[in-house]
Amino acid sequence: MAKVALVQGEEVKKPKVSLGTKMKKEWNRNKYVYALAIPLIAYYAIFHYGPMYGIVMAFQDYSIVDGISGSPFIGLDNFIKFFESHYFWRLIRNTLALSIQNILWGFPAPLILALLLNEVKHKKFKKAVQTITYLPHFISLVVVCGMLNQFLARDGFITSLLSSLGLVEQTNLLAIKEYFRTIYVASGIWQEIGWGTIIYLAALSGVDEQLYEAAAIDGANRFKRLIHVTLPSIAPTIIMLFILRVGQVMSVGFEKVILLYNPQTYETADVLSTYIYRYGLGGSFDYGYTTAIGLFSSLINFILVILANQFSKKVSETSLW
Amino acid sequence: MVGKGSLGERIFDKFNIVLLTFIMIITLYPVIYVLFASLSDSNALLAHTGLLFKPLGLNVDAYKAVINNPNIVTGYCVTLFVVIVGTFLNVFVTAISAFVLTRKQFPLNKVLLVFIVFTMYFGGGMIPRYLFINDTLGMGNSIWALMLPGLISTYNLIIMRTNFQSIPDSLEESAKIDGANDITIFFKIILPLSKAIIAVMVLMYGVGHWNAWFDAMLFIRSRDLYPLQIILREILISNSTDSMIASGAGGDIEAIGESIKYATIVVSTVPILCVYPFVQKYFTKGVMIGAVKG
Repeated sequence: MAKVALVQGEEVKKPKVSLGTKMKKEWNRNKYVYALAIPLIAYYAIFHYGPMYGIVMAFQDYSIVDGISGSPFIGLDNFIKFFESHYFWRLIRNTLALSIQNILWGFPAPLILALLLNEVKHKKFKKAVQTITYLPHFISLVVVCGMLNQFLARDGFITSLLSSLGLVEQTNLLAIKEYFRTIYVASGIWQEIGWGTIIYLAALSGVDEQLYEAAAIDGANRFKRLIHVTLPSIAPTIIMLFILRVGQVMSVGFEKVILLYNPQTYETADVLSTYIYRYGLGGSFDYGYTTAIGLFSSLINFILVILANQFSKKVSETSLW
Repeated sequence: MVGKGSLGERIFDKFNIVLLTFIMIITLYPVIYVLFASLSDSNALLAHTGLLFKPLGLNVDAYKAVINNPNIVTGYCVTLFVVIVGTFLNVFVTAISAFVLTRKQFPLNKVLLVFIVFTMYFGGGMIPRYLFINDTLGMGNSIWALMLPGLISTYNLIIMRTNFQSIPDSLEESAKIDGANDITIFFKIILPLSKAIIAVMVLMYGVGHWNAWFDAMLFIRSRDLYPLQIILREILISNSTDSMIASGAGGDIEAIGESIKYATIVVSTVPILCVYPFVQKYFTKGVMIGAVKG
């Protein structure tokens, strides 16, 4: 850009303006903006691009003593070690299963609640449902998991309730690997269902009233209006949110997994990030290997975002960029 | 399901109300259970299984133990410090940066936007990040490790940029004619016109700091720098109420452990829940601004 401008300036207008004068002029015009940009550039350079240098470790037999500059390069050996490790398939399976179940149940839930709320005519009742269902969003993750620990313990109230219905045995439900994903997904819905409706309710309030009236005149009942007017009107919002969710498939909320899992449930609960955390920072100090796993996971993520975006562009002309 | 305002539709309306009421109860009951359990007599609570419809007896020993626990008190102080100072830095730097990105005459802003958005989709990963912040920057066991690595949330930055873009150019133009420079424009024109978005940012960053625990677990090693959530994790999930009972209000040691957990939840959650009905509209605004950006 600057070069083009410079060339034009030389050829067309003032042939004698030097680069130095140009820069001085630009500096005078924008010196305060340059000053204000310092924290922004410094922050991203240090805290986002700085750690990227460490990706080199993924291709090294990294040792803490030698550091990145001294450790030998071993090509893709770390990746091969991971692909051949007997944890590989377990981690991939768990990451995908947890993520997909979370999307499968967690994605439609707020949409359905929003549609139900949209049908409520009583304003105060609607407001009450909204206020109450937003509330769990404000409870911290640590506290939610602490509550689950209490409620799902052997004598916790949820365990007692479910076992009196004959659905589960009277035992600590968080220690049973078959239940882990259900607990993770259900508690997530409990916490976020109300909050998730906000976007949909905003989109729903923007649907043109005239469309409803026209449909009503054509004899469409409320269910038909829902299918033929409401859903198509808010489809762009739904698709947008869906792409964003798909892009996060590989990075399931691992903080919550760390808070909820235990050695008895690793079989179903251990996902890529928790494995990296436990193996990398929990004692083995095998930084090269764990960095490689991290890189593998973020590359897949990156590809998924792009694919989801392409797909949505084709299908609906809605896209992130 | 035929006709207008038909029987089917009226049945649906009734069913809808019942269903939504049921959802409200499910949402609210766990919270109420915690409240009842925290006020219950510890022995009665230990003997009880199943639902609670009122506190079993009335006993505030657990609250005494929580409030007298030095860990909770220091945790609260650390968290308050991080919430106040961290949020201030977050909002200030995010606002300045969003302002930079909206300067039309600034030649770098397109490049900067790419530089920033790229980090939303790709990063170094957990281990390089840990080593960089802990070892290279030497921020391990420093309270700054809880504030600086998340100084700007890219998502919030873009929301704020979108918001600043909607401020009419004419205001700036006239200020420029009066000789105002960019810094003056930022403080005298942009900031005063952006109170709503600033409120949204304060809440989003503030709640983020309040809830954060993972970075503290990675970087903080001395107990007197533990934020509240780390203490909560110890008490609620790693099951270590021992330290509390020693400093607590006596009573049956094993039994009081149970109600202490519930009292801890209440003490650590009530501040946010008290504030939230008043600030709810700012949060919803925040979500919607995010949606507009898409």
